[in-house]
Amino acid sequence: MGLTTDHIKSRLTEKFGEQITSMEESYGMLSIEAPKEINLKVLNFLHDEADLGFRFLTDLTGVHYPDRTGEELAVVYHLHNLVENVRIRFRVYTSIDQPDVFTATGLFSSANWMERETYDFFGICFVGHPNLKRILNVDEMDYFPLRKEYPLEDQTRRDKDDDMFGR
Amino acid sequence: MSHNIKLPEGSIEKQTITLNLGPTHPATHGVFQNILELDGERVVSAEQTVGYIHRAFEKIAERRPLYQITPLTDRLNYCSSPINNMGWHLTCEKLLGVKTPKRVDYLRVIVMELARIADHLICNSIVGVDTGAYTGFLYVMQYRELIYEIYEEVCGSRLTTNIGRIGGFERDFNDIAFQKIDKFLKEYPAVLKEFISLFERNRIFMERTQGSGGIGADRALNYGFTGPNLRAAGVDYDVRVHSPYSSYEEFDFNIPTGTTGDNFDRWQVRNQEMWESLSIIEQALRKIQDLKGEEATLYHADAPAYYLPEKKDVYTKMEALIYHFKIIMGESEMPSGEVYQSVEGANGELGFYLISDGGRAPFRLHFRRPCFVYYQSFEELVKGGMLSDAVITLSSLNLIAGEMDA
Repeated sequence: MGLTTDHIKSRLTEKFGEQITSMEESYGMLSIEAPKEINLKVLNFLHDEADLGFRFLTDLTGVHYPDRTGEELAVVYHLHNLVENVRIRFRVYTSIDQPDVFTATGLFSSANWMERETYDFFGICFVGHPNLKRILNVDEMDYFPLRKEYPLEDQTRRDKDDDMFGR
Repeated sequence: MSHNIKLPEGSIEKQTITLNLGPTHPATHGVFQNILELDGERVVSAEQTVGYIHRAFEKIAERRPLYQITPLTDRLNYCSSPINNMGWHLTCEKLLGVKTPKRVDYLRVIVMELARIADHLICNSIVGVDTGAYTGFLYVMQYRELIYEIYEEVCGSRLTTNIGRIGGFERDFNDIAFQKIDKFLKEYPAVLKEFISLFERNRIFMERTQGSGGIGADRALNYGFTGPNLRAAGVDYDVRVHSPYSSYEEFDFNIPTGTTGDNFDRWQVRNQEMWESLSIIEQALRKIQDLKGEEATLYHADAPAYYLPEKKDVYTKMEALIYHFKIIMGESEMPSGEVYQSVEGANGELGFYLISDGGRAPFRLHFRRPCFVYYQSFEELVKGGMLSDAVITLSSLNLIAGEMDA
């Protein structure tokens, strides 16, 4: 096991300095944050550097935080270095008014559908994506269902009063 | 092509044929569509449409307490539901900090490996069906039934199993369950051997599967392949070995790999994995027998705040009654945090990304569904090949519509 968390941290600080806004480890995985403008730079750095080698994109998804003004939407990448068997989580935030994030499809072919799925559910526009259209929902849908403002059930129903329980 | 048809002035004559393979074509083995552009019998391009059975599990999960999400996971890869169930329990246990006893781990391993066999069995025999050999499929179905009977003994249901709880199992395995596992272990090796010998050196099967639907290791990794499909391309990545869960690190097994990543290699890797799974189950049974004292009867963790107490305790003990209500009403303490836990599903790395804000339901839950990720490579796999090869590729990728659409 050559690749340690400390090494990843120091390499990232060395390269990006203050631009990496957060680096913390929880539940055994290092989680880093950076501004959305440099998401590709960070991904490329993690991918290309021989000693880091995060060449496998495990997962890409979105999260909606309605309370974070100006950075309501997050894109979360889970990367994996298969040789050293180290995982890392990388997230960028974007505002909901202009949800543009650069696409990772140039780096990972697997990002294609994962980004389409994220667009489909959160409306995050991946700039440069070759085929950004809905994937699981119907094409005619005019909203992004996993955003928190869309309640799961019809809130006008009176027969199921859930004020006491549930969010 | 159409010499007798008068086309309007300025129209471009199309040289290729568009073929809709699916959404309900028998060869897709699931509800998804492929729009193939064909030049004669050769595939020029393919476009996949998924989402026909999308059920918004990720949204539903945002309103459910943890234990009510288990039945949702059943319906992802429904050929091997127990693996999904266990993956979800492991995710919750990681978040809640629940440590399971060794016996629970081994019992889980047994159930998961049985599920893996059931899944591989179906996939491989379906590859046989698509190459024109129906016998193998009908033959092994009988033995999947034996596995389903074991599930029935353990949890009472067959397909959407909902096996286990956070921290262990809802009840201990009974004697009949162990007898059925023994029966399966005794009968199945001969069947698997026969099944393999029906195909392995069969000229027709080899010609149909070798060299079609192949992918190199580099491309496979770039496309996010995991599981048997990645291993067939020659990468020995297995979550059970690389990020062991449920005490897999104590088991001794090989990771079978292929070289070319074609349909034949995928088929071979799955067969090899079934042998490994059988050996893992035998090891697990031995390990369970070796447990001594109190450990030998445990079937759940000591986590009263999350593990639903037995009914007889609820009626007689105050504490159990309180916990019963707390769990059912979703009042158990939930730590906030982010967890990623993955298990080796039957068709790849099944990941659960859970964000909890301390509320009664997850703030966000994302399933990393292996076949959703690797299905996008389908065009690259079949381009330039024959239509009939595309059909085999489709089934040998082990695509499960339920998992793809979540």
